[in-house]
Amino acid sequence: MTNAQRSHILHFATIAVLACLFFVLPAYHVGNLSRIMVLAVYAMGFNLLFGYTGLLSLGHALFFATGMYGLGMAMNNFGMAAEPAILIGIICAIVMSAVAGFLALRTTGVAFMIVTLMFAQAGYLTVLYFGAYTRGDEGFVIPQPDRMIAGIDITGETSRYFAALILFAIVFLAIAHLVRSPFGRTLIAIRENEERTKMLGYDTGRHKLLAVIISGTISGIAGAAYALLFGYAGATFATVQYSIFPLLWVLLGGAGTTLGPLIGVAFMFYLIDLSSSITQAYMLIAGVVLVLLTLFAPQGLAGELRRRLFTWLP
Amino acid sequence: MASIILSTKGLTKSYGGLNANEDVDFELQRGKITALIGPNGAGKSTFVGMISGRIAATRGQVIFDGRDISALPAHERIKLGIAYTFQITSVYAGLTLHENVAIAARRRLGKSGKAVHAKVVSVLQQVGLSDRADQIAGDLSYGHQRVLEIAMGLAQDPVLFILDEPTQGLAETEVDDFVALIKALAGDTTVLLIEHNMDVVMRTADHIHVLDNGRSLASGTPEEIQANKAVQAAYLGTDVDA
Repeated sequence: MTNAQRSHILHFATIAVLACLFFVLPAYHVGNLSRIMVLAVYAMGFNLLFGYTGLLSLGHALFFATGMYGLGMAMNNFGMAAEPAILIGIICAIVMSAVAGFLALRTTGVAFMIVTLMFAQAGYLTVLYFGAYTRGDEGFVIPQPDRMIAGIDITGETSRYFAALILFAIVFLAIAHLVRSPFGRTLIAIRENEERTKMLGYDTGRHKLLAVIISGTISGIAGAAYALLFGYAGATFATVQYSIFPLLWVLLGGAGTTLGPLIGVAFMFYLIDLSSSITQAYMLIAGVVLVLLTLFAPQGLAGELRRRLFTWLP
Repeated sequence: MASIILSTKGLTKSYGGLNANEDVDFELQRGKITALIGPNGAGKSTFVGMISGRIAATRGQVIFDGRDISALPAHERIKLGIAYTFQITSVYAGLTLHENVAIAARRRLGKSGKAVHAKVVSVLQQVGLSDRADQIAGDLSYGHQRVLEIAMGLAQDPVLFILDEPTQGLAETEVDDFVALIKALAGDTTVLLIEHNMDVVMRTADHIHVLDNGRSLASGTPEEIQANKAVQAAYLGTDVDA
């Protein structure tokens, strides 16, 4: 079996397992898993830039929130139906990531981190500033009757789960394909040695900009899906915390692996869920586990599996 | 086809008040092996850096194949068929040899995975690294990394192949292999070689260009350069290592 075949099987098996879990798990966990899959889409978007291209953005909440507010405000303020609102959310995310990427990529390294962080902060303050339209910190609820896609009510547990799964599956397979394609290989080459890649005749600037746009757009799609599936948009999702989350998820799950983002989100979600059922000081438990993982599995869970057992892991 | 493939006019690089290269006029003959020599600090690497676009020139012109490429960024120049190997080994340490060479080949051969693979196999064969294709480049010995660096140049099927001290750190047998490899390229490929090893220069070069203190000192056949008094004074002098 070639590595390509192995990774195909792995990816389709992952999706199949997620589909089966719906029928096996109790309702509480089904709800969690819907949320985990949407957040995993966000993490996958982040991973494309951080894990594969080697660009650390500390401002991805900007893109997540752009998708969220693009869709949310189209529905809430302009009374649009869900389908065109999704499109608006995606377009907003494309434009935002193109502009932010174009400007931020004039810097590298630490400066890039700071510039993206500042952009996200500016986005957050913009949401607050236009509180009359965005409802600021308080946010707004997207009414249940509006949350229909092609006549299907996606607020029910079943339809929501499968809507999240379909979105996850599409992005998951698209990224798995992308990172094996010539374009994806070039992104990895840039991560490994940008100067070398430039001197092999690749326009690294153009590749990095495209990576920011694809990454930001996927993050925006996740934001739009989150608003639509869970019926709420708020400024919390634009805070710096939501820029740090995808970094944590991806580091825990394994940067530069296709499975890492899903593993990272699920791990973190249940780590907090379980530890908060034990003690009020659940962040202490979560913190210790994170420190231990960083010490003993610096490449993340999937990264460690790849290093020790399955070198073919995509 | 013109016999001159590349020329520079008044090429200059200043760092602050210091000129690393000053008004270098240079011509490179198509299909020949030209060695660029000179003492340490003569500005050789800076000069080829300006040709390949890695280093921005302060002033002057680079003309490649009849076209002024002075304003082109490095990646555009590489696309025209200029391959460049780094003096300080710069391979993808975290990737396999196969992928290292594949990245180099893919820019030209593009979407056809089969063509890229075939190219990688043939290039690794050519440089004698076939049995290491699946190793991680960072695990290779220094000498093998140098050879890999050359392989990445070859994989691009360059029109002009610029090698910055390719034999540095190679064992003697590897140097012999390198000489044979480079001589086999001549005719189709123009080679510009920065080299300290005078034995390699004399065995390979059709033409030698000498830089000293950032300026052109002499240019001619190996015999002419060996007989040149100014070169002897500046460079070959008493501590010649050939």
